[in-house]
Amino acid sequence: MSTDLVSVVPVEGRTRLRRARWYRHPTLVVGLVLLVAIVFMCVAAPLLTSFDPDKQNLEQALSGAGQYGHLLGTDQEGRDTWARLLYGGRIDLRVAFLAVLFPFVLGTILGSLAGYFGSWIDAIILRVIDVVVAFPFFVLVIALVFVLGAGEKSIYIAITAVGWVSYARIIRGEILVAKRQEYVLAAQSGGLSSLRIMGRHLLPNVITQAIVYAMSDIVQNMVAIVTLSYLGLGIQPPTPDWGTMIADGQNFLTTQWQLTTIPGLTVVLTGLALSLVGDGLADLLRPGAS
Amino acid sequence: MSSPAGSGLQLAVSDLRVEIAGNLGVVRAVDGVSLEVAPGEAVGLVGESGSGKSMTLKSILGVLPPEAKVTSGQVVLDGTDLTRLSHSRLNKIRGRRVAMIFQEPMSALNPVMRVGNQIAEGPRVHLGMSRAQSVQRALDLMRRVGIPDPERRFRSFPHEFSGGMRQRVMIAIALSCDPELILCDEPTTALDVTIQDQILRLLAHLCRESGTSLIFVTHDLPVVAQICHQVAVMYAGQIVERGTVAEVFRSPLHPYTLGLLRSAPDVDQPGQSLVPIPGAPPSLIAPPSGCRFHPRCKFAEEDCKVTEPPLRILAAGRATACLHYERCLDEMGAEA
Repeated sequence: MSTDLVSVVPVEGRTRLRRARWYRHPTLVVGLVLLVAIVFMCVAAPLLTSFDPDKQNLEQALSGAGQYGHLLGTDQEGRDTWARLLYGGRIDLRVAFLAVLFPFVLGTILGSLAGYFGSWIDAIILRVIDVVVAFPFFVLVIALVFVLGAGEKSIYIAITAVGWVSYARIIRGEILVAKRQEYVLAAQSGGLSSLRIMGRHLLPNVITQAIVYAMSDIVQNMVAIVTLSYLGLGIQPPTPDWGTMIADGQNFLTTQWQLTTIPGLTVVLTGLALSLVGDGLADLLRPGAS
Repeated sequence: MSSPAGSGLQLAVSDLRVEIAGNLGVVRAVDGVSLEVAPGEAVGLVGESGSGKSMTLKSILGVLPPEAKVTSGQVVLDGTDLTRLSHSRLNKIRGRRVAMIFQEPMSALNPVMRVGNQIAEGPRVHLGMSRAQSVQRALDLMRRVGIPDPERRFRSFPHEFSGGMRQRVMIAIALSCDPELILCDEPTTALDVTIQDQILRLLAHLCRESGTSLIFVTHDLPVVAQICHQVAVMYAGQIVERGTVAEVFRSPLHPYTLGLLRSAPDVDQPGQSLVPIPGAPPSLIAPPSGCRFHPRCKFAEEDCKVTEPPLRILAAGRATACLHYERCLDEMGAEA
């Protein structure tokens, strides 16, 4: 917030300690390496393959790995599997990250309001949370996407509508504890507005838990997106996507097993990377962690 | 200093009552407290834990915990009753005209915000300063309260400061908008004695310099003697004695005040044994009848158990709530 003003002053204290220690958490390091590698490959897709992921070539359909220069072979319509894998990752990862951002923001705002003001605001938000929590996550998301119609926009809306409750509950609980701290009383007697106290004083103190949860939430979201696409409710063909690739390859499992297993393994690997980063961050940010 | 034209008073608290709804019943934490502060004056509010002094202070700025409520009384600042102001109008007074300093400087500072920004926040919100102006002001304030190397310390976090330095930061925050009145809630209790002395001197000096009035809540009598002009002694939610510091300390007119003075060591009379006050403070759910101090009072008579003694004004600024205050005089006389 104040970088422009006192930039001459050396950064010191906790920031430096934090920066110096992150690499001592092996889970975080392994997760980050994997994740960075996956993200890099997806972003740099045009450099790693010369094939167009949507270009059909029926003469080369269902070719094996290595044939006609196709690194991982082609699918039933002759599209290069390696290229579809890379370009599909772009979509799946983008949706996974964005689908965490919206519920994170919405849940944080509603959770702060509920925790800070209490009374009827809290009662209403809690009731809504209870209703959403009563349904299993996937059932509700699939039902919502089904009603809204397949596609990327529906995924965002559905996951936001269901996912915000976790963030709201985390933030509400943390604020309930933090608002009884003396620095909040000090801020109140300093004549600061409720909005300012929430935004500038309470949230920076409680947001860590929500960030840690968001990391593991990305994993859940990625699996949700792949699942939806597998069911035909997610990313629509011909746009490449891991879920659709798994579903399409199933028919050829006995002859061209890589069509299904490679995207499946990619999902597992990406999920693992995100989980490791999440666990590592939780270790790093946990108060009192050595 | 703007002072009310008519009354000549900065702040007048009258007949303030605060009740806390608890599981066992309603606690009358503050029971009819009246308090007056003249411009530039420092008033001490003394009493043991649970006597309602902190509650009195918090109700002035309307920052009572949610279960506590002001049930009657007025808090008049410059002709405005603060208990009736809306939240937004009260926010224009909090921090701007009346500031507060807390007991525990560690927990009263935001742990994840740079101290410089915490000092600069008030001027930006209340005085409409730009970012650069408020930072300049924060640096000036840090210099005024004696924080060395302010440019570097501006970006530090509270946990990088010692207890005394943190309390200096709290004082800088309190002074940041040039308030007319500062409320201090045991600001030196958490500090060791040498630091305590430094902080008190600093606070007294800065208030004298700017003509700021003080209400100083503490259970520490020497602290009151050092910093205050007037003192009010609280017992079980009520003020039992009031007067100038010199008078009250020289000739207390309430057995509770007498007991407090006797139970604290006096540097001028080494070797004198300390006399504790027998018994414990009463329950505020069902306080004793008559004078609330009578079960612990060695002068108590039959009438003390029946009559609830009013705070009687004896001379200008001198008042006691004891029916038999002459006995305190006799006691002090016999001693001398």
